[in-house]
Amino acid sequence: MTDTTAQLPPAGTGRPPTPRAGGTSWRARTREGRFALALLAPSIIVVFGIVVYPILKTLYTSLFAVDTPFGGHFPWVGLDNYKFALQQSDFWSAILRTAYFTFLSTGFELVFGMGIALLLYAPLRGRWLFRTIVVLPWALPTIVNGAMWRYFFNAQYGVVNAALTQLGISSSYHAFLSSPFAALNIVVWADVWKNTSLVAFFLLAGLTTIPRDLYEAARVDGYGRWGSFVHITLPLLRPVIVVVLVLRTIEAFKVFDIIYVMTGGGPANGTQSIAFYTYQRAFSDEYFGYGSALAYLIVVFIMVLAIIYIRLLRSDNYGMA
Amino acid sequence: MPGEQKRTTRRGFITTTATASMGLYLAACGGSSSSSSSAGGASSSAATSSAAATSSASGPVTLNNLFQQQAGYSAADLAGMTKLFEQANPNIKVNNTLVAYEALHDKIVAAAPAGTYDVVLGDCIWPAEFGSKGIVQDISSEVKTLPTSQIFPGALVMADYKNKYYGMPWILDTKYMYANGSMLKKAGVSPSSLTTWDGVVTALKQIKAKGLVKYPWLGSWSQAEAVVCDYAQLLGAFGGKFLDASGKPAFQSGGGLKALEFMKMMLDQGLADPASTSSLEEDVLKAFAQGKIAMNLNWTFQLAASLDPKQSQVSKDNVMILRTPAGTAGGPAPGCNGGQPVMITHGTKHPKEAWEFVKFITSQNVQNQYVADSLPIWSASYDDPAVIKKAGKQLVSVAKTQLPNMILRPQVANYNAASQALQVQIQDALLGKKSPQDALNSAASAFSSQGPPA
Repeated sequence: MTDTTAQLPPAGTGRPPTPRAGGTSWRARTREGRFALALLAPSIIVVFGIVVYPILKTLYTSLFAVDTPFGGHFPWVGLDNYKFALQQSDFWSAILRTAYFTFLSTGFELVFGMGIALLLYAPLRGRWLFRTIVVLPWALPTIVNGAMWRYFFNAQYGVVNAALTQLGISSSYHAFLSSPFAALNIVVWADVWKNTSLVAFFLLAGLTTIPRDLYEAARVDGYGRWGSFVHITLPLLRPVIVVVLVLRTIEAFKVFDIIYVMTGGGPANGTQSIAFYTYQRAFSDEYFGYGSALAYLIVVFIMVLAIIYIRLLRSDNYGMA
Repeated sequence: MPGEQKRTTRRGFITTTATASMGLYLAACGGSSSSSSSAGGASSSAATSSAAATSSASGPVTLNNLFQQQAGYSAADLAGMTKLFEQANPNIKVNNTLVAYEALHDKIVAAAPAGTYDVVLGDCIWPAEFGSKGIVQDISSEVKTLPTSQIFPGALVMADYKNKYYGMPWILDTKYMYANGSMLKKAGVSPSSLTTWDGVVTALKQIKAKGLVKYPWLGSWSQAEAVVCDYAQLLGAFGGKFLDASGKPAFQSGGGLKALEFMKMMLDQGLADPASTSSLEEDVLKAFAQGKIAMNLNWTFQLAASLDPKQSQVSKDNVMILRTPAGTAGGPAPGCNGGQPVMITHGTKHPKEAWEFVKFITSQNVQNQYVADSLPIWSASYDDPAVIKKAGKQLVSVAKTQLPNMILRPQVANYNAASQALQVQIQDALLGKKSPQDALNSAASAFSSQGPPA
C-alpha cells in the first residue's frame, strides 16, 4: 500500500507541494500525459484528418479562385465567392426549392411517422412483424430507392401509369417527371416513403416512455382517445418531436443522392437542391473555390434552422434544457 | 491541487493538440503544392519517362482504369478486350471500373489528385478541360506513331485540343435515326421520304393519324448532355453553328434557333412524347424496343439491343437504322459526334503500360472483333467482310455515309458549365417557360460568362 499523504501539502496551508515532492509528481504526470497522448494520438489524427482538416481546408479554399482539383497557388478573392453566390438567381432558386422540399418532406414524415408509431405501439398480435416491415424502406439504400421511384413514375413503362390506367383513373400515361413542379413533389414523396419509418421509430421510442397510468387517469377524467392524444401524448412526445425535426430538417436540407438518381436536377432545374447545385459547381464545373463558399453558405442556413429548433427545445417544459 | 494538476494537463493537451493540428494542416498544404508542381505541363514528359523506367524495372504492373457502362462498347466487350490484352502482356494486370456516363466526368476529376486511375474513358467534349488543367497527358507523340491517316477524321478530332492529342479515339459513334418498319408500312410511309426532317414530320403525322401510337417520337431531351447531342444534330441539319469564327456563341440565331423551334414544334403538335424532357437514351431505347414509339435518334447501341429478342418486342425485320435526316433536301445532315477517346491520366505511375493498353484496345485488329455496339475508328474496317458480317450490312452501310460527316460540340475549357446552362435553357423552351429565342439568348450569355471570381 502506498503512502499518499507524503504528496499532499500540509493541512490548512493551501500551499503547493515542496519542490522535491512536486518534482517527483511532475515527472510522473509528464509520463502519464505522454502515455495519454500516445493513446489519444490515433483518434486525434483521425478527427483532425477527416473532420477538422477538411472543414478548415474548405474554408481556406473558399477564399481563393480554385479551378483545378490539383493544389497550387491560386488568386486570393477573399469573400468574393460568397458575394458572387448571393448575387446568383440560381442560388436563391435552389435555396427556395430546398426549403420547400425540407418543409414538405419533414412535415409529411412527422405526420405519417406519428400515425405509424401509434399503430406499432398498439398491443397487436404479431407486432414484431409489422415493426420489421416498417423499417424496410429506411434500410433500403437511397440510390436504390431513387432508381425504384424513377422506374415507378416512368412515362413509358412505369407501374404508376399502368396502375392508374388499369384502374380506370386515367385514360393515358402521364409524363410525371417531365413537369418541374410534379417532379419536385415526386422526389418529396420518395424521400417521405424512405424516411417515415425512421421518424416512426423515434416516436415509438418516445411513446414507450409515457406512463400508462396517465392515460387511465385521463379516461377517468372523461377524456376520449383524441383528448388523450392531444393532452398527454403530444406534450410528452414534444422533446422527441423536436429532436426528430432537427435531425430530419438538417438531413432534408442536404438532400442530394435521391435527386442525383431520380431527376439529375431537372427538368429545367426544377428539382435542383442547393446541395446538388453546389456539387455541380464544384465537381462538374471545377469551380472548387466557389463550391467551397457554397458549402459554407449551406452550413449557415442549416445553423439558422438548428438555432430555431434549439430555441424551441429550450422553451419546452419537458425538454432537455 | 487535483484541480491544479487537471488544469496543467488540459493546457498541455490543448497546446499539443493545436501544434499537432497545425503541423498536419501545414503538411497537407505542402502536399498540395508539391502535387501542383507535378501537375505542370513542363514536367510531364520527364515524369512520364522516369515513371515508365521505374514501372518497367519493377516487374508486374497493375493498371486501374475507369470506363462507362452505357452506350458504346458493352461491359462484356471491354472484358473481352482486356482479357486479350492480359494474354498478350502477362506482366500487366488490368482492373476496370465501370460507372454510368453521368458519373464519369466527376469521378475522373475527383480521382485526379490521388492518381487513382491510369487510363480513363473520356468524351469528345472534355479534352479542352482535361488537357488545359493537366488532368490527362498530352500523348501526341505516341498517337503520331500510329497510321493516323487511316483513322476517320471525325474520330481523330475528338481527342484534339489546340493541335495536341489528349487521348486516343476508341468509341466512334454518332446518332442515327431508328424507325419501326411495321409502323411505317401500316401508315404508308416510304423510308426514302425520311431523308429530310420535313419528311420525318409528315411521316410522324401519318403514324399519329392512323392511331398506331399516341406519340410517335421520343427524344432523349432530359436535363443532361443527351439533350445537347440531339440539339447539336438538328442544329447541324439546319445549317447552324455553335460558335462563330471568333469563338463567340452563334447558336442563338439561324440553324441553332431553327433546331430548338423544331423540337418545340414536335412537342406542341403531339408528335414527340412529353416524356422526352425526362428521358435519356436508355429510356428511348426501351420505348422503341417495346414498340411504343415509331422513330427516334440514338447511338449505335440501340441497334444491337433492338435486334435482341430478349430485350425487344420489335421483330428483327422491322428494326430500321437510317441516316440522320437533313434540314432541307440536299442540305447537310451531320450526326452529332459522340466519340469517346481513352486518355492516360497525369497521375499514372505506369504511363508506358497505360499506352500499351490504349494502343491495344484501339487497334484495328481488336476493334474489328467487337463491332456489335460500336464500330472501329479505322476507315478500312468498313470494307472488311468480317466486320460487315458481324456488324450487319445495314449498320455498316449507314455508318459509312454518316461517320465522315459529323458535328462536334464546342471544344471550350468551360464546356460543362456552358452545356449545363444550354440544357436548362433548352428545357425552359421545351416546357414553354421561355420562347426558343429568349432561351438561346440566355444560353449564349452563359457561354460567354466568366463564372465565379477568378
